[in-house]
Amino acid sequence: MKVVLQNLTKKFPNRNRKAAGDVIAVNDFTFEIPDGKLVGLLGPSGCGKSTTLFMICGLQEPTAGKIFFGDDDVTALPPEKRGVGVVFQNYALYPHLTVKQNIIFPLQNLKGADKLSKAQMEEKAYEAAKLVQIEELMERKPGELSGGQQQRVAIARAMVKMPKVLLLDEPLSNLDARLRLQTREEIRRIQRETGITTVFVTHDQEEAMSISDIIVVMKDGVVQQTGRPQDVYDNPANLFVAKFLGTPPINVFEGTVRNGRLYIGDADVLAVQGISDQEVTVGIRPEGFILDENGPLACRLSGVEVMGRDISVVSMNEFSVNPTVRSIIDAENQVNTACDTVRFSLKPNKVLLFTKDTEQRIYVS
Amino acid sequence: MQKNNLKGWLYLLPAILFLGFFMVYPLIDVFVYSFEEGYNFASQTYFDIGTYNFSYVLHDTYFLQALKNTFLMVVITVPISTGIALLISVGLSSIKPLRNLFQTIYFLPYVTNTLAVGLVFMILFKKTAYTNGLVNLIINWFGGESIDFIDGPYWAKMFVMCFYIIWVVMPFKILLLTSALSSVNQNYYNAARVDGTSAFRIFRRITLPMISPTIFYLIITGFIGAFKEYSDAVALFGTDLNAAQMNTMVGYVYDMLYGDSGGYPSYASAAAIILFVIVLTITCINLLIGRKHTYY
Repeated sequence: MKVVLQNLTKKFPNRNRKAAGDVIAVNDFTFEIPDGKLVGLLGPSGCGKSTTLFMICGLQEPTAGKIFFGDDDVTALPPEKRGVGVVFQNYALYPHLTVKQNIIFPLQNLKGADKLSKAQMEEKAYEAAKLVQIEELMERKPGELSGGQQQRVAIARAMVKMPKVLLLDEPLSNLDARLRLQTREEIRRIQRETGITTVFVTHDQEEAMSISDIIVVMKDGVVQQTGRPQDVYDNPANLFVAKFLGTPPINVFEGTVRNGRLYIGDADVLAVQGISDQEVTVGIRPEGFILDENGPLACRLSGVEVMGRDISVVSMNEFSVNPTVRSIIDAENQVNTACDTVRFSLKPNKVLLFTKDTEQRIYVS
Repeated sequence: MQKNNLKGWLYLLPAILFLGFFMVYPLIDVFVYSFEEGYNFASQTYFDIGTYNFSYVLHDTYFLQALKNTFLMVVITVPISTGIALLISVGLSSIKPLRNLFQTIYFLPYVTNTLAVGLVFMILFKKTAYTNGLVNLIINWFGGESIDFIDGPYWAKMFVMCFYIIWVVMPFKILLLTSALSSVNQNYYNAARVDGTSAFRIFRRITLPMISPTIFYLIITGFIGAFKEYSDAVALFGTDLNAAQMNTMVGYVYDMLYGDSGGYPSYASAAAIILFVIVLTITCINLLIGRKHTYY
């Protein structure tokens, strides 16, 4: 089931009554989620990603715009008629019911022709439990489960009615680092096995990049960029997206373009064809640096961190916007830590240019 | 360690002394009195030790009347007041406009002076030379006969009594229940809504279990409170409750000690012990049932 969002807008009345105007949580969101894909809504907190999710599931009503499931307009439908399954941030498992009762709960709401017999409900519950591998926990109460197990129960409960769309609100934020890694693979597997169109919300770019088919990067209620994770990473549309994606984050410099050459300070670092002379903001991915004794970019070396496979070189440059420049190079390279300065040459496809004022991307032809 | 222990006891000493002197000792004393037959305050003597006091009390028609009254009050007021309080609280928490106003209105009886409350009930029910009371006015309106609620038939007096108790205990229950309702995480309701749960089922399967500890607390304290009912009866029917057929168990104990027929501490103690045993039994039963149906 594909999900189409058309000019979706949500405004909240301002809490502070003296301040004029509404708070715009989501602004003119238009996007089509293809059938059977896993989509990550990504952005810093307060960017409207959860509001978008709640509008898709029907718990919040859009101020303007339309939502389609397939070809059906569901904008006015209440949540229960949309056929969505939702996993809430803190799971919202009913603490007084056992795992089995929790999973069966949605089935017991079915009425009329959809009504199931007790045996059928049990069977479906066990199917869902099997999918998330919690069959042996069915008689326990949520309070007796670990965070990861609760998460699975919440997913099973959302899946038991075989929803057309599965929505996950920050599904991993309550888990510790190791469990997070495990659970995100689990979500990926479940999504692949069932082929349910899935939307999940996260503020963790690594999480979104690692399991999504498509990511949607949002900021202040406005969609910044959508696309395959790798494409968005390689070709960010603006400085915000470039900064938001990638760990360690992108290095940002003040730069100038003169006569088809890019200068950082006085250093002539790269040829940039077809860009008029102007001041620019330069983003260089950590992996875009090459150690080179004769390289154009000189930085003051402040430390080297060996991380096994890679070396992370921490250095300083007066034109860097951040206090330090972090570059990642292959561990086979030797860094002479006795030296004060370290010189780099740059990989052209890892250097991204942005206009100074609007921070939009300038594409090198 | 030993020294710390001593210090701990030292800190507890004032409270232990105070409670021991004013609570534990009298309790034991009451227990002892209840078995001393024909105890005399003035001479501090008694004839014999035995169970005659209990036998006397249990055969006293006034006591049996008080027992019946108290039981009726408990059985009528506790479920009704808790039920209505629950209804009102659910209503209060589901409305948005004027919610604070309504909450204040419902809480007013709690902070209102007992005498003022008594006055209100006078206006409602009391027959005077000038009027039959507001309620009778309404009954007349619908073509009914006037009823004397204060000096009339037993059922009418019991009705006024229960009405009064329910009205007095309601605010506190509403206060506790609304706060319990508002502390239920909104996420549970969201989850239930997404699953298409009907409002009734949400209430029965989610809201009720979530606030069950509060309901349970209210039922237990309600039972105990209703068993100890006395002052409200006096406020409505005056001090001679036996004549009004509206005595309660605590009232009986009081009468035995200080009333016109007073001066019988042994009978009073026996009655108090019987009341204690009844309250203890009912509370134990409550706890046993509650354990099954309460979720913490």
